[in-house]
Amino acid sequence: MANNKVSQDTGDLKLDRVSKHYGDFCAVDDLSLIVPDGSFFALLGPSGCGKTTTLRMIAGLEEPSAGTISIGDTDITTQKSYRRNVNTVFQNYALFPHLTIFENIAFGLRRRGVKDVKSEVESALNLVEMAHLAERKPNQLSGGQQQRIAVARAIVNRPEVLLLDEPLGALDLKLRRQMQIELKRIQTEVGITFIHVTHDQEEAMTMADTIAVMNQGKIEQMGSATDLYEAPKTAFVANFLGQCNLIKGKITSRAGDKATVTAKGLTFEVPLSRVATSNDSVFLGVRPEKLRLDDTGVNSIKNCVVTDRSFVGTSTQYLVRAPWDLELVVFEQNDEGLHDLRVGDTVSLEWDPEHTFALDGAGDINAGADLDDEE
Amino acid sequence: MAFLHAVSTGKSATKSVLKSRSLTPYLLLAPGLIWLVTFFIIPIFSLGSTSTMVRPDGAQIGVYVQELRFANYVDAFIANQDQYIRSFVYAGLATILALLIAYPLAYAIAFKAGKYRNILLVLVIAPFFTSFLLRTIAWTQILADSGPVVSAIKVLPFVDELFRINNTSTAVVIGLAYNFLPFMTLPLYASLERIDPRTLEAAGDLYANGLTTFRKVTLPLSMPGLVAGTLLTFIPAAGDYVNAAILGNPGTKMIGNVIESRFFAVVDYPTAAALSFTLMATILILVTVYIRRSGTDELV
Repeated sequence: MANNKVSQDTGDLKLDRVSKHYGDFCAVDDLSLIVPDGSFFALLGPSGCGKTTTLRMIAGLEEPSAGTISIGDTDITTQKSYRRNVNTVFQNYALFPHLTIFENIAFGLRRRGVKDVKSEVESALNLVEMAHLAERKPNQLSGGQQQRIAVARAIVNRPEVLLLDEPLGALDLKLRRQMQIELKRIQTEVGITFIHVTHDQEEAMTMADTIAVMNQGKIEQMGSATDLYEAPKTAFVANFLGQCNLIKGKITSRAGDKATVTAKGLTFEVPLSRVATSNDSVFLGVRPEKLRLDDTGVNSIKNCVVTDRSFVGTSTQYLVRAPWDLELVVFEQNDEGLHDLRVGDTVSLEWDPEHTFALDGAGDINAGADLDDEE
Repeated sequence: MAFLHAVSTGKSATKSVLKSRSLTPYLLLAPGLIWLVTFFIIPIFSLGSTSTMVRPDGAQIGVYVQELRFANYVDAFIANQDQYIRSFVYAGLATILALLIAYPLAYAIAFKAGKYRNILLVLVIAPFFTSFLLRTIAWTQILADSGPVVSAIKVLPFVDELFRINNTSTAVVIGLAYNFLPFMTLPLYASLERIDPRTLEAAGDLYANGLTTFRKVTLPLSMPGLVAGTLLTFIPAAGDYVNAAILGNPGTKMIGNVIESRFFAVVDYPTAAALSFTLMATILILVTVYIRRSGTDELV
């Protein structure tokens, strides 16, 4: 698929202080972002967080109210979408219903006057393993097949940036998993920058090198899946990615490399490097799988009661009530050390300081929770 | 489009009858069938049989006997070929004119009208609240020699002092285009409105500028509406006689005018019937060829 017609000034995609207003509503708020060339980047957030608007501005389908967008050294802020070397895989694929699969994929090549359309289309079809469907019409294909064709139609143009707008949203769970792996493989194979917009945190974590978590038009935190999961910087990120236990507390001392936090008369330790705020009022956080049903550790809560228990195969998930009004989620791996507790049993919880993080306690403790199921 | 839909529904209805052997489909079909037989099939046969009748020597006006004289068709055609050809030329020109007006209109309503969409659609149909005849007569005022249109055109430097529109073929074509415009607009709107705007965005995303997007995506996707609209305009326009009678002159008579006068003025039923049949057959052939050529027989 070598293609000399395309301008070759590839480089990092840069959004500099980009905003988008619709009347009084601010969809994207002063957003700056650098996506390194060749990376698989995910914009993750609940519906209405501005991620699709951001994508559409990169595609040229919306014009920013303020700020600039550039690829390498080229400013593309006001460039028409048909002049940008950026292609999009649309949410519902938006294949051309009157054209065959072959012609759908050839569409961009023909517009750019590429010579060897046939072999380019064929290699794109091979890349997505759909060569046998070339002569079909889009409505004769299943959702998963249409999805692959939409990817092929975009990727055949060798764009500098490929934008994917919730591309797997319409597929069932099993197919989605399969396509996640497939997309990752394609990205590695072609080496194009992928920007993947999704509200599915698991999808973002599986596929992307870097994830930007968006909320209300701003980026909450950006980093690798591990960074975001193990060391979230805001309550929104902690709750939105996976499940999280947050305990409201106060920092009483910052000494050496650790901080001491008190909550309801108990004291907990957290490494200073994992304190994401200068504020003393904090949310102390720990992930459910880091909690142990024991009472020997530095950070522990005694006299808790099991209020719910569900067996999910690899682990058992407990809902445990602390002595005050707080419910904690605990995942216990189903191996030898299994406690097999019943609802009503009294337990103690403990966890390591290095699995603890402290977030700014000014905001909403439930921010970002229960949002990821929404479409 | 509507009648083609009816055909396909008819087919699937027959299939399910074979499967379920229930009486319900027959009962559902009955009112329509009775209507069609009474007001379409029987009159067609009656018309067909009239077309080959002959008036016996010395018989009263309006009395004809069946002699299976197929030469009636040849005679009728030869005597009226000018009006016959003119009908199709006028209908064709009116269809093109209506298309040129209706396409941008339907496009604007479908994609640009926003919250005004429904109001605009009502406005498209609004003329139907007034009589067809009255609206056509109104055009004689609009196109009158001292009316607004002619005066405006006469301002142009190269226009002759004797320039007029009323009672010319131009007026007839304008009248036809005007009267059948909603039949062009509505199917076009229906098929444009069905286009997913994201396919248009996708075209832009794939390096097609506005014009190319229109040529390669919008236009092909609106073909079903375009074919339906042109048929719904062309067919009634070809058989129309009101516009030629009110807006034309004796030199712009269409086949509809001839049939009308044969039936009601001259009381020459066989010629009128033969002309009606020829008109029907010609339209049927043209429509078939047109649908085949436009490749939309599957799409509609």
